[in-house]
Amino acid sequence: MNKTQQLHAWLLLLPALVMLAAFTHIPAVQTLLHSFYDNPRGGNPASFVGMENFQYLYEDEVFWQVLWNNAWYAIVTVPVSIVLALVMALWVNARLPGRGIVRLAYFTPTVLPMIAVANIWLFFYTPEIGLFNNVLNMFGFDGQNWLGDPDFALPSLMVMTIWKEAGFFMIFYLAALQGLDNSLYEAAAIENASRWQVFRRITWPLLMPTTLFILINALINAFKLVDHLFILTKGGPNNASNLLLYYIYENAFSFFDSAYAATLTSVMLIILALLAWVQFGILDKRVHYR
Amino acid sequence: MISLLKNDAAAVHQSLHEQISWAEKLAAWVLGLLWILPLLFAFWAAFHPAEYTTSFDFFAPLTLEHFVSAWEQAPFAAYMFNTLGITTLILACQLVLCTLAGYALARVPFRGQGIVMALVMMQLMVMPEVLIVENYRTLAELNLIDTWTGVGLPYMASAFGIFLMRQTFAMVPQALDDAARVEGCNRLQVLWRVYVPQAKPVYLAYGLVSISYHWNNFLWPLVVTNTEASRPLTVGMAIFGAPESGVDWPVICAGTLIAVSPLLAAFLIFQKQFVQSFMRAGIK
Repeated sequence: MNKTQQLHAWLLLLPALVMLAAFTHIPAVQTLLHSFYDNPRGGNPASFVGMENFQYLYEDEVFWQVLWNNAWYAIVTVPVSIVLALVMALWVNARLPGRGIVRLAYFTPTVLPMIAVANIWLFFYTPEIGLFNNVLNMFGFDGQNWLGDPDFALPSLMVMTIWKEAGFFMIFYLAALQGLDNSLYEAAAIENASRWQVFRRITWPLLMPTTLFILINALINAFKLVDHLFILTKGGPNNASNLLLYYIYENAFSFFDSAYAATLTSVMLIILALLAWVQFGILDKRVHYR
Repeated sequence: MISLLKNDAAAVHQSLHEQISWAEKLAAWVLGLLWILPLLFAFWAAFHPAEYTTSFDFFAPLTLEHFVSAWEQAPFAAYMFNTLGITTLILACQLVLCTLAGYALARVPFRGQGIVMALVMMQLMVMPEVLIVENYRTLAELNLIDTWTGVGLPYMASAFGIFLMRQTFAMVPQALDDAARVEGCNRLQVLWRVYVPQAKPVYLAYGLVSISYHWNNFLWPLVVTNTEASRPLTVGMAIFGAPESGVDWPVICAGTLIAVSPLLAAFLIFQKQFVQSFMRAGIK
């Protein structure tokens, strides 16, 4: 480790570190700081207000509803997309006629912009002429006002999210499946193990690291992917389908309350820090694949 | 783990394909059909007269009128030009920044390496989307609101890219590095002549993942763009499809197809590379 080498290393890292600091580290710290200040008003700069914003947050019913929505959204969409992704991967990894086409179909939502396909999904959900209600009517059921009914708005968003995510996660399972060691399966065949036994005893344990990797990514996505809200529900009706990042956006750019937006972003940062801690502190230590 | 994919193991996974029942095969196909249904529907609605939007008649006449009116109602050419410009700008900067940083982390030992790595990895959790409020403030101070650079800046140093390049460069044999040194190459020349050529497939993989991410990115561009001068396709689509703008369904479907067609075409042509890229990129 001589001096020139150290200098070279830092020079090579400099551009990337400057950008990371400017758009990740400094703004993250600024967010935490700003959550203790109020909004600058009429030429007066923002003043320190201590825990006032957090007091407001604690009493803000919409915040609790949004947090609750987001928790539900994660609890439903994450496991369902992971299970679907695994089933898809097992299917397109098996002897299936037209395997390439099926794999392509599963993967297509991943390359389509959420915002553009949300327009199509909006049509599916439309009460009068929408596809879902047409299908329901065909079987003699009454249609629903999917996006306008507080009970159905959030589940409707979940369905679209699962559609968008499952094919993406499938790819990681597929990669893992194709990298698995064959000899274990040959041994299982000699032992006459049933398909379920093979899956339960060999495939699933070997896929564990992939599952955890997907799990963390899916959880992060559950908090950062809100594009479809802009088209489908705008968080409504009456915040029934509002999610944390969308609420942050609303506060910052619709209500122009950047102090409260910073407070909400702090909550988001705490959630992400917890996820990071779970991943690097606990899971990575217990599951090692090499 | 990347090495596992490099040899593509066609022979290995051939024997792994297990037999499944016809019921499962059917289920796999039905699910596949469900998954492309939105896209199929968009094609149906966009190419047929409005009265056939909800009634599926095999002999319905074809028409291009919806594409014409979509094209007339929104400046798609300008949006597409912006998306292309922004995506290219981001990718070009990412490739340079991630290559330099990845190389330093893989092959130039220095004090504080662990801390730098941890600082980089933080961005995997705290993506620019989360920090829209503060980043908007920064961009406003830099006078970069409503510019391509403004849309691109927060994404140019990508933790994912740095990590991917570090992993790739760390697997290049040290002997090649030493040999180039003996011949008198300096550090940047070694990087350019030895490491970069070895990492070509990873660059392709990263490029495809980055392009499809930024082609589809919405929230940050929405916040930071105001006019047609910098507005990308996704933001344009959101305005175009808004109920207030009073556009009817077939036209929205036609607009959607216009917006997704370049990426969709690229995806269909390079589907093998796309799928492999996402697989390669996801494995660490």
